[in-house]
Parts: sequence; C-alpha cells; structure tokens
Amino acid sequence: MPDTGIGARVLRKEDARFLTGRGNYTDDINRPNQTYAYILRSPHAHAKIKKLGIAKAAKAPGVVAVFTGADLASDKVNGLPCGWLVHNKDGTPMVEPSHPALVTDRVRHVGDQVAVVIAESRAQARDAAELIEVGYEELPAVVSIADALKPGAPLVWDQAAANTCYDWELGDKAANDAAFAKAAKVAKVDLVNNRLIPNAIEPRAAIGEYDATSGHYTLYTTSQNPHVIRLLMGAFVLGIPEHKLRVVAPDVGGGFGSKIYHYAEEAIVTWAARKVGRPIKWTAERSESFMSDCHGRDHVTHAELALDGNGKFLALKVLTKANLGAYLSTFAPCIPTYLYATLLAGNYATPTIYCSVRAVFTNTVPVDAYRGAGRPEATYVVERLVDEAARISGIDRAEIRRRNYIPRDKFPYQTPVALQYDIGDYHTTLDKVLKAGDYAGFEKRREEAKKRGRLRGLGIASYIEACGIAPSAVVGSLGARAGLYESAAVRVHPTGSVTVYTGSHSHGQGHETTFAQLVCSTLGVSLDNVDIVHGDTDKIPFGMGTYGSRSLAVGGSAMFNAMQKVIAKGKKIAAHLLEAAEADIEFANGEFRVAGTDKKKALAEVSLAAYVPHNYPAGLEPGLEEQAFYDPLNFTYPAGTYLSEVEIDPDTGALSVESFTAADDFGRIINPMIVEGQVHGGIAQGIGQALLEGCVYDGQGQLLTGSYLDYCMPRADNLPSFKVDTNVTACTHNPLGVKGCGEAGAIGAPACIMSAILDALRPLGVASLDMPATAEKIWRAVERAKTPKAA
Amino acid sequence: MTAVTVSMTVNGKPVTATVEARTLLVQLLRESLLLTGTHVGCDTSQCGACVVDVDGRSLKSCTLLAVQAQGAQVTTIEGLAKDGKLHPMQEAFRENHGLQCGFCTPGMVMSALDLVKHNADPSEREVREWLEGNICRCTGYHNIVKSILAGAAAMRGK
Repeated sequence: MPDTGIGARVLRKEDARFLTGRGNYTDDINRPNQTYAYILRSPHAHAKIKKLGIAKAAKAPGVVAVFTGADLASDKVNGLPCGWLVHNKDGTPMVEPSHPALVTDRVRHVGDQVAVVIAESRAQARDAAELIEVGYEELPAVVSIADALKPGAPLVWDQAAANTCYDWELGDKAANDAAFAKAAKVAKVDLVNNRLIPNAIEPRAAIGEYDATSGHYTLYTTSQNPHVIRLLMGAFVLGIPEHKLRVVAPDVGGGFGSKIYHYAEEAIVTWAARKVGRPIKWTAERSESFMSDCHGRDHVTHAELALDGNGKFLALKVLTKANLGAYLSTFAPCIPTYLYATLLAGNYATPTIYCSVRAVFTNTVPVDAYRGAGRPEATYVVERLVDEAARISGIDRAEIRRRNYIPRDKFPYQTPVALQYDIGDYHTTLDKVLKAGDYAGFEKRREEAKKRGRLRGLGIASYIEACGIAPSAVVGSLGARAGLYESAAVRVHPTGSVTVYTGSHSHGQGHETTFAQLVCSTLGVSLDNVDIVHGDTDKIPFGMGTYGSRSLAVGGSAMFNAMQKVIAKGKKIAAHLLEAAEADIEFANGEFRVAGTDKKKALAEVSLAAYVPHNYPAGLEPGLEEQAFYDPLNFTYPAGTYLSEVEIDPDTGALSVESFTAADDFGRIINPMIVEGQVHGGIAQGIGQALLEGCVYDGQGQLLTGSYLDYCMPRADNLPSFKVDTNVTACTHNPLGVKGCGEAGAIGAPACIMSAILDALRPLGVASLDMPATAEKIWRAVERAKTPKAA
Repeated sequence: MTAVTVSMTVNGKPVTATVEARTLLVQLLRESLLLTGTHVGCDTSQCGACVVDVDGRSLKSCTLLAVQAQGAQVTTIEGLAKDGKLHPMQEAFRENHGLQCGFCTPGMVMSALDLVKHNADPSEREVREWLEGNICRCTGYHNIVKSILAGAAAMRGK
C-alpha cells in the first residue's frame, strides 16, 4: 500500500470533481418547480421607512409573491440572534439590538434587507423589485469610529448611548500603570486596522424548500457550519424543531469566516418556501456580497510598550476602538475582545498587559470574523510596537524578539491575558526563518537596490494564534452561547470500507483528503476505501463547523476518538474469533493480532463478523460504527515568524514584494502539501490587507468599494512565490498533536509587510503608515517626508 | 420579454435553446444546458470564474449575450477531459495542488489553456500577468502559477 497516511503529500480526492466542472455548489443545485428570490436592499445608510408599497411589484410578470418585514412579524419570525454576550467594565451587559431579517421601520446600512420578491425567474424577480415603492426619510449616518464617538453624533440605535455596544477591559490596570512608571523607554504607536471585505469567490446562495406532507424544511446554503445554521435559524428565528429542518452546505466556494454566520436570506427563503409552496433559490450578485457579507477588522488603536534599559518588555497597554457595523452578527462581539485582547502577549513574556476595547455601532455592514479574526489585529499591534521598541532602543529587530520570546523551558506558559500556551519553540522557528530568508545578507541586497534607485526594506513579524476554539466551558464563561466541541461518526461497513461523518465543513481545506489520511493511518484502510461526509445535518450526528482553524484539532480529534472506539470493539470481536483474551489483542496496520503470534484477523474480517454475527461474542451488539464528541482541553497555539522584502520606487510609490518567507509551527502535520497551500492563501490575504484592500465608505455611508472595480483584490502579479517552512512542537492536549494552519498567513503577513515598508522608508524619515499601503499612500508619505517641516 | 432561439456547438455537441434575448452565455450554459462547471463570481467581469473558450478565444461568458455566441464552437471545463482522462492542464492543477475551494478553478484552467495557445513556454512572470483577469481567494496563486507552468510543459511534451 502506498504511503497515504499521516505526513504524506497525498493528492486531493476532491480535485477530480472540481477540475472537471462537477463540483456541486449551492447555485448549481436546482429543485423541481423552483422559484427565484431577489432581495430589495436599502440604498441609504440610515433612513426611516415611511412607506412601503408592493402592489405594483406583486402584479408584475412572473411574480409569485412579495414579502416585507410586516409579513415576517405577523408570522412571529424573530430577528437573527447574536451568539456571544460581552459585558462592560462595570459588569452590565452589552447593548444587543434586534437584527431583523427584513426591516420594518428603519434601515441602518446600505444593503439592509427591505423586501423580497419571489418570481419564476431571477430576471423577473429583479425587474419586479424595481416596482416596489419605498418612501425613505433619510437620517444622518455615522460611518467611521470617530464619527460614531463624536459628542452629539446621530445614534444608530436609540438604546446605545454614544453608539457604544460595550466598553470592555482585560488585565490589571493598576499593575500596568505601575510598570509603565518604571520604564526606561516607552514605544508608542497609533494604528488603523483597515476594514476588509472577505470576498470568497463563490457568492452566498440559499435554496429553501418545504414538504407539506411531512412538514420538513430543507435549506441548501453556502455555510461553513450547517448545524449551527440549523440551530440558530430553527430554534431562534423560525421556530422549526431540529427534526423538521435539514440544512445542507454542499461544496462551498471559500468562506474565510464570512460564511459562518446566519444570514437573513437563509431565513427568508426557508420561511417563504412554505408560504409559496415551492422551492426558492437566492443567489447573491457580487455587488450584494459587498454590501451584505459581514466585513472584517476595522479597529483604531493606541498602544504603548514599556521597556527596561536592555530592551526587555515590562508592560503593554492597548486602547482599541472597534467598529461592529449596524447590527451584531453571530460572533461579532467576541472578535475584538476574546479573540483579540487575549492574544496581546504575542510570543513574548511581557509581565503585565492591559487592554480596553470600546465597540461601536455605525451605519455600515456588520463586522465579524474574517480569516484570523482578532488575531491579525492583535499581531499587528504587538509587532508594530516591537519594531518601534527596536528602533528606540537601537536593538536589531530579530534580536529584540529573541530577547523577549517566552523561553522554550517556560511552557506551559500562563500569559497575563487569560490564555495558557501549552507548548512552543519560538527561538528555533526564528532561526529557521532567518536562515531561509537570508536575514544576514539583507544589507547587501538593500545596497544593490539603492544603486537601481529602489528602496528595499526587510520586514519581520512573529505571531501567535489561539485556535481550535475551544473548551466549551471556557468559552461559555466568556459569553459564548454555544458549546464549541466537534462530533464524528465512523462507520465501518461489512466489507471493511469506511465512511466518516464529520461536523467539520470543508470549503477549500481538503478535508476529504486529510481526514481520509487520518483514517488510513489509524485503521489501516486504503485511501480509496474511505469517504468523508460533511455538510448535511440529516447525515451527520452534530457539528459546530469550520472556523478558527479548528477542523483537524477538534474535528480530527473527534474522528480519532471515534476510531479508537471502533478499535476497542473490534478487539472484542477479534478476541472471540481468534479464541484469545481481549487484553492480548493488538491492532496495527488494519490487523487485529494476538500479541507475539501470527494469529490475526483483518479489519474487514472483523467488520464482516460484526454485521454477520453468527460466530460472535455473547452480549456484544452487532455492527461496527462509533461516534465521538470531542471538547478540547485548551486552545491550540500555532505560532511562527515571517520575513519579507519589498522594493519601492520612491518617485511613484510603486511597490513590489520581492520575497516572502514563512516559518510556522502547526504541530504535527497530516498533509504538508495542503498545509503549504493554506499558508500561501493566508499570506496572500495578509499581503492584500497590507497593500491593496480597504473598504471605503463616504461620509454619508455609501459604499465606495462595492465591486471588484473599486475593491482591490490581490491578483497573481501582485504577489511573489512564497517560501514556507515549518518547525514542529506537537500540541500537548489533543490526541493528534495538531494545532491548525488555516489562518496563520493572514495573521502574520500584514505586520510583516508593513515592517518591510517602514524599514524601506525610514531612511527618508517616514515613521508610520497605515494599511493598505497603496502606491499613492507611499508616494504621499515620501513627498511629505521630503517637505521641510515648518519651524 | 423577447424570446430568441440560439444554436451553437458546446463541447462538440450541437445545442439549441430558446431564451430571453438578454440571457448571458453563462446563464445559457448553467441554467439551460445545466453545465454548472462554469461559475459566476462577480458582476463586473473581473473574477474570471466564467471563462470559456468561444471559437478558440478565452472569453468571460458573463460578458457575452447568448445570442452573440450564435453558431459558435464553445468549450467549457466539462469538455476538456477525454475518455475519463484529465487534460494535461487539469492534471497539472491536480498534481500541484492548484485549487482549494475549486470555484475559480474552471476559469483558471480555461484561461491557462488560452495562455498556452499564445505562449507555449511562458515564464512565471508571464503566467502571473496573464492571470490579471482571474481572481483566486484561496491559493495565493502560488500553486496555480506552478500548475500552469507544469501544464504548459506537459502540453509541450516535456
């Protein structure tokens, strides 16, 4: 048997269908007698709805029905729930406004859902929507964080004074102040973490269906977590019990966080399918994605790092304001708090850390997790500060990191911001990346570039992330309204092939391959004899889905534990067949063997006996299928260090990324090819954030970056090929020793690229720059630096 | 609504469909012919998920009315593999992990084939520049570029 187990570069099982056009994405699915939905969205950022006339639209050709928020209300459809409760400094709960699937009285962002038209064709639904008469009374809008917090600013929600959702803190402020008082030097930064639009290439889509004879609903949707959607939509929005609601997330074309959340359109098509008695398909146009998919990031931060005379970090203080948009999306409140402030220790042994976060409502699209989710924001703050600390102390940037890293022998390490890192080896990772990226040879390359009139800069950034998400009890104590375990069922069929049902969801991660490799290694079954089933609540026992780089660490661990149960039962059957004691049976390479003998039974022989139990242990149930729920004991802590080099043309501000070198510690690796691919993709999104991407609203709340013409997605010619390497310390608390790799690139790359840009520009006197560092922004910074300062 | 009847050859088979005059080629392929391998990722002709071959040129099928393809020879991603064997470019994407979620992939492969038609032995830079009209959010393009270079080499017989 070829090596297809843990650690092998196995080519992906799923590729055959994707490469031949036989993927099965939501919009590829057509249901008999299907209709099409078009959502009428608000053109205003903030307005009262004075009139909503649907009569003309309802009579338009092909129209089956037109529904508004009033129809939902009369059917007692609830708003979309928020899954995380954060408390203020004074212990009071955050302001938690309603989040209607269709608004009734007031729109709060461009793109807010006003009405839905259901028609025989997409075009007819869209045409009819133009006939809906909406009388808006425009209200002043607040768009930026600064706008929202201005005294006397218009209120997005009447109950949220000063537009504040919560004002939260973490850490011991008094101890922090005391440490700052003793500092030899203090590094300070003021940073904007630019707002991003996730832009999975598959637009969101949903098909609702209702079977009147059984009372069953089915929702096909572009989701990273179908069970979570079933729970949120069934239990909280539509009041459909789980056994009457099936949610299917078939092939999904990328998620990056944006497809975690329960969105209004899912509830609308499911509810309306019963009203019209026919299936209803809705597919977002890209322009709708821009104004209705949750956005990411959007922080403004002031931060300070106290240093002693040797460049050792004494204390970190971070004051952040975060934009949550107009409504609270599913996970929104936890992103700038528990996935951000808790990561501010970074890779460093900083003794005291204090963070305060004020989260505000604005008349913009809701903001929630986007690849990295809080951790890129934390990394950006920490690493910009560390670079600044190096500069003011005159210490080399790699050296100051080395000097402050948590030493290898200090794990498990309790940070001052709640997390306990189980294991890591940041020094070795640093050594690897410095070597791979030829840190030592950089100054020569800088000189050579200078001769060509180019400014070359080297960037360095370390990162840590908390992945897996989570132990349920821990997240519960922090305000999560769900458990965050994962489930798996492993079915060994009579002839020994295996189907695994996992609650994790693959939308590009290659689970059908990686998870199958895990089965190959554990049960000794060939890759062709394993199928991984995901994305269907009617097939899979339960699931919390895929986000936070959790699939392998949590979902894979559940699968591993279920397989251990299969092996344990198999041993009983094998012992009976081999007439040996159960304790003497060993299992390896797909065979049950009496220890120290050549007496053995293959897994397929044991499974056949389990389903044809003629000669079978007394009292043992037939069948060979086991299930496990795995609730992690801790988060996992992937960490790494990145190096990059950029060249800038000072006359135009044009920048090229000359090299990007990554060294990551993801723990044990199942498929290096897939892991490298994940790192590449994350780095590209991180470089996108640093150089190209930025969501822009005008002062009235109009979305100026509403298409690929205006929002700059990274293209192939914006990026170099990447050099990636790994350093392995195995996670100590899950059975696979794995940590997760999906978000790392997006977490470390923005800080690394900005470090390179500032390194290139510092000789000209440019001290700070915000992302995205476009050519224009760089050119302006260079020009400003050239202008003599007024006396 | 004006209905029109269009006829063309898709993946070697003659097809005829009666559609609204405003129907885009991609809608005809996906909705009338149920060739759902060609995807729609944007509404401004940037993402390239809908690229197909029309009379020997790679075109964005979201930018072409179905009637404009009247009488044309159209090849979609479904038309590349022959007798259950992947086209060398498809095989190169598989071998080099040139896809993750798979949504941009059909457009990438179709676009790559047109590149090779113009330039049988492209450099990495030329591949990157050619892909200006194809957006991928998953791979960071690293393995797509590698795949196309390998696919081009395979098609040259190397």
